[in-house]
Amino acid sequence: MNGSLSSLRSEAVGAMRTMLVSAESLQLTLKPELSQEEQALTHTSSKAKETHKARNEDLKEMLESNKESLKLEAMKRIVGLISKGKNASELFPAVVKNVASKNIELKKLVYVYLVRYAEEQQDLALLSISTFQRALKDPNQFIRASALRVLSSIRVPIIVPIMMLAIKEAASDLSPYVRKTSAHAIQKLFSLDPDQKEQLIEVIEKLLKDKSTLVAGSVVVAFEEVCPDRIDLIHKNFRKLCNLLVDVEEWGQVVIINMLTRYARTQFTSPWREDAMFDENNEKAFYDSDSEEKKGQADVKTYIMDPDHRLLLRNTKPLLQSRNTAVVMAVAQLYWHLAPKHEVSIVTKSLVRLLRSHREVQYVVLQNIATMSIQRKGMFEPYMKSFYVRSTDSTHIKTLKLEILTNLANEANISTILREFQTYVKSQDKAFAAATIQAIGRCATNISEVTDTCLNGLVLLLSNRDESVVAESVVVIKKLLQTQPNQHSDIISHMAKLFDNITVPMARASILWLMGEYCERVPKIAPDVLRKMAKTFTVEEDIVKLQTVNLAAKLFLTNSKQTKLLTQYILNLGKYDQNYDIRDRTRFIRQLIVPSEKSSTLNKYARRILLASKPAPVLESAFKDRDRFQLGTLSHSLNIKTSGYQELSEWPAVAPDPSVRNVEVIEPVKEWAPSVGKAKQSKSEDKFYSDDEEKEENASDSSSSDDSDSSSSSSEESGSESEEESNEESEKTSSDSGKSSSESETEPKNNSKKATRKKKPADSDSDESDSKASSSSAESSSSSVSDSDDDSEPPAPQKKSNVKARPKVEVKSKKEVSLLDLDDFSPAPMNAPKPSVFSPSLLSDLEGLSLSNVSSAMQVTTPSFGPMKTFELLHHMTGKGLSAKYHFPRQPCLYQPSMVSVQVILTNGSDHTLEEIHVGDRSPASLHIHCFNTIERLEPRASVTVSMGIDFSDSTQAANFQLCTKEDQFSVSIQPAVGELLMPSTMTEADFCKEQKKLLGMNETSATITMTTANTSSQTINKQVLSVANVGVAPSSQNNFHRFAGRTVSSGALVLVSLELKESSSALLTINTEKSIMASMLLQDLKQALTEA
Amino acid sequence: MIHSLFLINASGDIFLEKHWKSVVSRSVCDYFFEAQERATEPENVPPVIPTPHHYLISVLRHRIYFVAVIQSEVPPLFVIEFLHRVVDTFQDYFGVCTEAAIKDNVVVVYELLEEMLDNGFPLATESNILKELIKPPTILRTMVNTITGSTNVGEQLPTGQLSVVPWRRTGVKYTNNEAYFDVVEEIDAIIDKSGSTITAEIQGVIDACVKLTGMPDLTLSFMNPRLLDDVSFHPCVRFKRWEAERILSFIPPDGNFRLLSYHVSSQNLVAIPVYVKHNITFREGSSQGRFDLTLGPKQTMGKAVESVLVSSQLPRGVLNANLNPSQGAYTFDPVTKLLTWDVGKINPQKLPNLKGTMNLQAGASKPDENPTINIQFKIQQMAISGLKVNRLDMYGEKYKPFKGIKYMTKAGKFQVRTYQHFLMVQTSM
Repeated sequence: MNGSLSSLRSEAVGAMRTMLVSAESLQLTLKPELSQEEQALTHTSSKAKETHKARNEDLKEMLESNKESLKLEAMKRIVGLISKGKNASELFPAVVKNVASKNIELKKLVYVYLVRYAEEQQDLALLSISTFQRALKDPNQFIRASALRVLSSIRVPIIVPIMMLAIKEAASDLSPYVRKTSAHAIQKLFSLDPDQKEQLIEVIEKLLKDKSTLVAGSVVVAFEEVCPDRIDLIHKNFRKLCNLLVDVEEWGQVVIINMLTRYARTQFTSPWREDAMFDENNEKAFYDSDSEEKKGQADVKTYIMDPDHRLLLRNTKPLLQSRNTAVVMAVAQLYWHLAPKHEVSIVTKSLVRLLRSHREVQYVVLQNIATMSIQRKGMFEPYMKSFYVRSTDSTHIKTLKLEILTNLANEANISTILREFQTYVKSQDKAFAAATIQAIGRCATNISEVTDTCLNGLVLLLSNRDESVVAESVVVIKKLLQTQPNQHSDIISHMAKLFDNITVPMARASILWLMGEYCERVPKIAPDVLRKMAKTFTVEEDIVKLQTVNLAAKLFLTNSKQTKLLTQYILNLGKYDQNYDIRDRTRFIRQLIVPSEKSSTLNKYARRILLASKPAPVLESAFKDRDRFQLGTLSHSLNIKTSGYQELSEWPAVAPDPSVRNVEVIEPVKEWAPSVGKAKQSKSEDKFYSDDEEKEENASDSSSSDDSDSSSSSSEESGSESEEESNEESEKTSSDSGKSSSESETEPKNNSKKATRKKKPADSDSDESDSKASSSSAESSSSSVSDSDDDSEPPAPQKKSNVKARPKVEVKSKKEVSLLDLDDFSPAPMNAPKPSVFSPSLLSDLEGLSLSNVSSAMQVTTPSFGPMKTFELLHHMTGKGLSAKYHFPRQPCLYQPSMVSVQVILTNGSDHTLEEIHVGDRSPASLHIHCFNTIERLEPRASVTVSMGIDFSDSTQAANFQLCTKEDQFSVSIQPAVGELLMPSTMTEADFCKEQKKLLGMNETSATITMTTANTSSQTINKQVLSVANVGVAPSSQNNFHRFAGRTVSSGALVLVSLELKESSSALLTINTEKSIMASMLLQDLKQALTEA
Repeated sequence: MIHSLFLINASGDIFLEKHWKSVVSRSVCDYFFEAQERATEPENVPPVIPTPHHYLISVLRHRIYFVAVIQSEVPPLFVIEFLHRVVDTFQDYFGVCTEAAIKDNVVVVYELLEEMLDNGFPLATESNILKELIKPPTILRTMVNTITGSTNVGEQLPTGQLSVVPWRRTGVKYTNNEAYFDVVEEIDAIIDKSGSTITAEIQGVIDACVKLTGMPDLTLSFMNPRLLDDVSFHPCVRFKRWEAERILSFIPPDGNFRLLSYHVSSQNLVAIPVYVKHNITFREGSSQGRFDLTLGPKQTMGKAVESVLVSSQLPRGVLNANLNPSQGAYTFDPVTKLLTWDVGKINPQKLPNLKGTMNLQAGASKPDENPTINIQFKIQQMAISGLKVNRLDMYGEKYKPFKGIKYMTKAGKFQVRTYQHFLMVQTSM
């Protein structure tokens, strides 16, 4: 009562609020006309009242007329009113008179009305009760059922005893349809009067024993609603429910599966233990005999799955093929929560299939997959491409897919994922683009190999035109830099330059924080930024102001000479700010940093307080702790505990007695059936499932089921439990015999029924073993797949399963350790080479992240996939410990489009620290080189990768320059291969031919080469050509023709390579370009590569 | 379970409400409207919305929101699936599921909803059972009803609910016994800017229209059942038989139903039946962009590609497009920036082409985004996966039915990502 009152109140509040809002909008926008809703409101309140009344009058007249059709017409109009939410309650007396009408449609519409208004007109509603009471005794089962349905839907407390009685009677009705209705009525009565709980539980207990598939679903719903904690009621029915499951209607399946999941978690031990033994043998033991089963359990100490546990898993598995998405999800969560780890992956395919369904289904399924993919990447990794985002997906679907892709990222697939992300950043949906940037950030922290690559990509995004993209990049870069600030002072200064153009508060605040945190790395820039901020302080957003105060404080501590006055000025501004947070912060900072007599103790520590090294933030999934909720539930979807949510318990350490599930009732039946049941069996056989009925099938089913009712009624006069049991039993046996003669549609049911029974008819045994064999083989194959999955995973998550919370912390802390390592900047020798392996291709993956900056290289399309050749730049013997290697990463140069980018790996092979490594004099002097920033320190045995840009002006002339350390200078030279002076370009076949025609004569160089036949496949040719030259593959319609297109980096001249395969493994290699010298050199190189290969 | 249902149209009016338990005020929908306001697109309204005392689970179909009010824990998919089933039923009954159709048939709608749920738990959702309970309205029947005063509500009781084959109504009689099966496959693909396939998969369904007298027992077998990687069945299909023999054995419902949906195993390479050549460029400083798009067939096994429809969301900066289609007609909506080109059939000799210029907002910088091209097409008489039905047999009845199988391939979510070529002078950093 209280609850409903408060809910009413809150809704009233909600209504008020929206009223206010709409009133406000009316005032503000001077909306010219009232919305329909408002019109309706005003209508009912004013003149419409009379017309309304008049209409109702004529409805009343119609209802009171003698003509059936008029009454029907009136009722239809009343239903129309109800459907629009209009009040028609004053017609109650006129309507209720027709409750006993003969016309079925009229009667049904009266029922609709009654159910809607009975609560408001309780006294009048009582008039109709006697009609229903009479109908409850009707010989027709459907009339009984519908009477009970309406009676129980009338929410009038006075009739509770009548309802109770009706429910009890209906629960032992002969018709399963009526029993089903009584199960529904239980919940209605419970919600009307919770005091009836105990009596209702009795009815539930009785109905749970029911063997009809029709009842099973409904009674479990009632169980869940009324007494979900009475697990003990389920024991005896567990096996029956498992076996009936396939034949229960789909909605009932969902409820039963969810309930059984909860049940199993209280009754079975965890199958997730390391020493678990997944032997199908134990299953056999179960079917052999009871005694053996017990023995088996006693003997083997390792984990053996309870046969009932296995039964549940086995019987739910076929439901993965259901067309009902809710059923599939229910089975998936059951497997997730109950199955041994290696069996869970069988649900993957089905879940991925659900993604084809409606948008709303996708949403819920993706949420669940997101949670699952955090714990078990391996499950969904093979289906990664199913999570690729399509432009037509709605935003929340896109974000969820992004989340899953991020969860699935690992060292092996990161390059594919980043390439995919790169297209998302350019999405028209800016919210999604921003989410992608965050995802890139997460990948960067999770996979240390790509941190640099991602960071570079994000820096490129800083020059994006879209502000939200820039803002998001800043925020993410900030987080990334915190993990390894030492190497990135150039990024910080770059961001400082951008500062003026960024207006998004969060981004501004992030830059300010970075400035403050690393002010010692950008000693010249930081005070200048502070100066600018002092000017604009008053007009900034609060969050920016706070960070300005912070920046001022930090600068004051590190560089008080330059910033003392500025700081004081800002603190004064902050002191009088409107926002109390800012005033508070200002006051606090002033006490902390400005030396005075009182605050001397605190003052001493100011530096340590403000400039303490802060742990890097951990970017983690939003779905990280969703796993506290059972999958597939509303609570999981919303990530809040919803009312009525039943907690999934932890596995018990010791399994409760499994014998509680043994059904003793079968025992008496066993003894009883052969002797007495014989005659009955034959009798019922004709009546229920006689062979000829099976064959004819067209004999109406209703008659057969009616028959069954009448027959059982005759035999069940006494109404005893055992009698009912026997009936069921005979039905079963009869259907068994029926089955052997014809493949009937009840086959699955029969089979499954047989499985539980301890009796073993000779024929069923063979059946059983067959199905078992097939299932076991299926399982073993699935296990082998998942085994390999498990291998790829680190061992930590495996342990995680047992104790949920703790190991997660372990994982996290591990990660942090590695991040801190980077933070401390002691680049371990093993750390450096790795990026060099990964980064080239990855950088090219991210190359497109920027839209404007490297735009002239935009035609670069195909990722170069030749082997990366590394060249020696400086040997460590000549370099006094310093060694350098370089390679061409084949990515467009960040610095200038006419430059070829070169990556140099510097390694300190000596035993002392090298300082100030930088590029010195160069020759020829006109040579344009974009040098790497001076490397302050390089620890012994550490190495670092830097990138340079060199403008070779389309010649292969070596670039000579000096590599200097603090003490020494070494002359080095980089000699580019001609193929590296190109960049790939996309071209359609037609364009290619067109361009080629323009470059004939002088501009054409060709040679005939001989190739081994093994190498004439297009793949090897592509590989060979791409390894030599940085060109793109152009499409070709002929099989014997291969085309490649590129441009020279400096002048952008086209270079077209075509290879025509001829008979007897000879081929014509043609190069068309204006740069004839390059052409001949390239021809040489290609010739060599292609013939050698 | 489901407490109440509200139907809300595109302009935000609640035009139908139905309560299965005590009445929930329609003001609860205000939370939904709030969420709707926050979402930029109709599709972006979250399907599950928490409110202080209720939870709203909604489904958007045919521009109508079906909002279910829930009071306590229930699997969200349960409700979503049910709501979709409601929409399917309406569509089945009225042909279309529009606001007008629902308002015109409000009594039937109410009767249906009453039968479909009891106390918020689904009771009868099989269309065969429902049709026995409530006859679908037809013009003829409405006429007869008004004259004779008979009703739409079946006098007969839903016998199907009690039978072992609840999906099939009893006493079916036809003079012409026929069974038609449509094998429809959809290709979902993402093609990248250079024309290579990023991801492609085939999903298929077998839709059946079975009009057979009595209780026929059908078996359908495939030439190559191994192609089917993942399947989901109508409840009528016997799962054991499929597991053991890869044969579909079932007693069909009467009328139209979806027998099977399947996914073709991903190992098989997917043949992409069309290719797209595109060149969509914008120049910095110029207020014009170039648009050039050509479609062509490939790997169609000689079958014609029909009903081709190209649509693309152009960047926001585009004001107008002056294009010239070589065939078909195009439209450009300057508000939503949606370009659609109804191509029709692709003639391999003369490839359809759409070419012209796009006008950009004067002074605006060139757009950042790269439009995606969505393509729809149909290919008759071919299942692109190569799936073939071997034979269809009927048992249990004596007559000879007429059997027909049709194949079709369609584009599902078929998208081509484009890439912009910027011609712009590099300014140093």
